[in-house]
Amino acid sequence: MQENLLETSILSLELLFSFDAELWDIIGVSFRVSMIAISIATLPAILIGFALAMVDFKGRWMVVALFNALMAVPTVVVGLTLYLLLSRSGPFGDLHLLFTQPAMIIGQVALAFPLLVCMSHSAFQSIDKRAWETARTLGANCCYAVITIMKEARFALLAAVLAGFGRIISEVGCSMMIGGNIMSYTRNIPTAIALETSKGMFAQGIALGLVLLILALLLNFTLASIRGKGQLV
Amino acid sequence: MKKWITGAVSIAVLAASSAMCVAEENIIRLATTTSTYNSGLLDKLLPEFEKTHQVKVQVIAVGTGKALRMGQAGDVDVVMTHAPKSEKKFVESGYGVNPRSVMYNDFVVVGPKSDPAEIKGITSVTSALEGIAKRNVTFISRGDDSGTHKKELSLWAETAKGKRFTNYKEVGQGMGKVLQMADELEAYTITDRGTWLAYKSRMQLTLLVEGDTRLFNPYQIIQINPEKHDGVNSIGAKALSDWFVSKVGQGMINDFRINNEALFYGSANADVANN
Repeated sequence: MQENLLETSILSLELLFSFDAELWDIIGVSFRVSMIAISIATLPAILIGFALAMVDFKGRWMVVALFNALMAVPTVVVGLTLYLLLSRSGPFGDLHLLFTQPAMIIGQVALAFPLLVCMSHSAFQSIDKRAWETARTLGANCCYAVITIMKEARFALLAAVLAGFGRIISEVGCSMMIGGNIMSYTRNIPTAIALETSKGMFAQGIALGLVLLILALLLNFTLASIRGKGQLV
Repeated sequence: MKKWITGAVSIAVLAASSAMCVAEENIIRLATTTSTYNSGLLDKLLPEFEKTHQVKVQVIAVGTGKALRMGQAGDVDVVMTHAPKSEKKFVESGYGVNPRSVMYNDFVVVGPKSDPAEIKGITSVTSALEGIAKRNVTFISRGDDSGTHKKELSLWAETAKGKRFTNYKEVGQGMGKVLQMADELEAYTITDRGTWLAYKSRMQLTLLVEGDTRLFNPYQIIQINPEKHDGVNSIGAKALSDWFVSKVGQGMINDFRINNEALFYGSANADVANN
C-alpha cells in the first residue's frame, strides 16, 4: 500500500464528501467547543482591552505587558495548569470536569483571552481618544459611548475575534491534555489529526487538515471582503 | 572567481554527503511500541548493544500499526512489535524478513479500588469484561490501532455482548496517558504489565485480573526487506535482531526489573508468537 500525497488527498476528499459520520462528528465537536469558547471570551476581553486603552491608571503598562506575555504561553502549559487544577487530587477535582467538553471550553477561553485583550487593546489605541470625549460631551451615556467607540474599531475587533478563533480551533496541546481525545465527545479536529497520524491513517488526517484550511480561507476572505467594501453590516 | 566559488561549493557538498553516508551506516532505526520504550527496557538494553557494535540505534516509539507502516514505507530498518496477525501479514506481503520471537509479557485488567463491576480475582478475562459491560462502568480503550488496542478488541469480540455500552470510551492515546485517564475517571482499562508497573506507584488504580492465557503478549523483531527500499540498513538491522535473540540479549531481557518485578520474558527459544 504505497501512499503518496496525491492519493492520500484524493482519498481524504472522498471521506469528506461521502459525509463519513465519524469525521463529521469530530468536526462538529471542534466547532461547538470553539464557538462557545470564543463567545464566552469575546465580550469581557474586549471590555478589558477598552479599559486598558481608555482608562489611565497606575501600573497600566504592567497589565498590558502581562497580557502580552500570556499570549506567548504554550498551549500545553495552559493545558498542564488546568489539568492540575481540575485533576481529582487538584483544588477543583470535586467538579469532575477533567476530560469533558466544559474543560476544553475553559482551556480555549484561557487561550483566546489574552490574544483578544491585546488585539482589542491595540485596536482601541488607534482610535482618537477625542472620539470618546466628543461622544460624552454630545450627551451619550457611558454605555452608548463604548458602543460608539467599538463601532469605530469594528474591523480591528473583528480581526481580533477571528484570530482568537483561529488560535483555539487549531490548537492541539491543551485540548489533548484536558479533553482527553474521547471519541464523539472530546475528540476535535487537531487531536484527531494527531491521533490519525500516529496510527498512520494519513487520509483522515489530511481530510481534517483540509477542513481547517478551508475554514481559515473562508474567515479571511470574509474579513477581507468586508474591509474592501469599507462597511460592516 | 566564480569558478573558485563553484569548486568550493561542490567540494563542500561532496564532503557533506560522504559524511552523511558514513553516518547512515552507523545508524539503525528501530520502530517499536510505546510499551517497550516507556517501560525503560530499551534504555537499558540498547546502550550495551551500541557499545559492542559501535553503532547508534534511533528508537521511534509509536503504536504497532504505525510501526509496521513505517517499516512498509522503508522509513526504518527494523521493527519490534506485538500484534502477531498484522506481523504475519507484514511478512507475507514481503515488507519484512526474518521475523523472530524475542520476548513476551502479559496484559492485565486494572480498575478503581472500589471495583464497582466486582471483577477482582476473576480468572477468565472475558467474564471480567462482561461484568464491566453489564454494569456499564467506564472503560477506557486505547483506540489507537496499537497492539494493545488490537488485543483489547479481540478480547471484547470473545465476550457475549461485545463492547456496546455507553461508558466505553475510546481515547486514542498512549498507554501511560490512558492509565492516567482511567485513574482520573475511576475507570477500568487493559494495560500491558510493563507500563502498569512503571505507573502504578503514581496511581490509585489497582490490578484486578491477570493470568488468563488470552492475555499473553508476544513480541517479534522483524527486519525490513532491503529489496523493497533503497537505503535500508539491513546489516545493522540483522545485527540488532541477532543480538536481541542472543544469549546476552535474552539474559538482559530476563534480568530487567521494575520495583523488583520482571516485565519481559525472553522467548527466542520458544515459539510463542504463533500461539
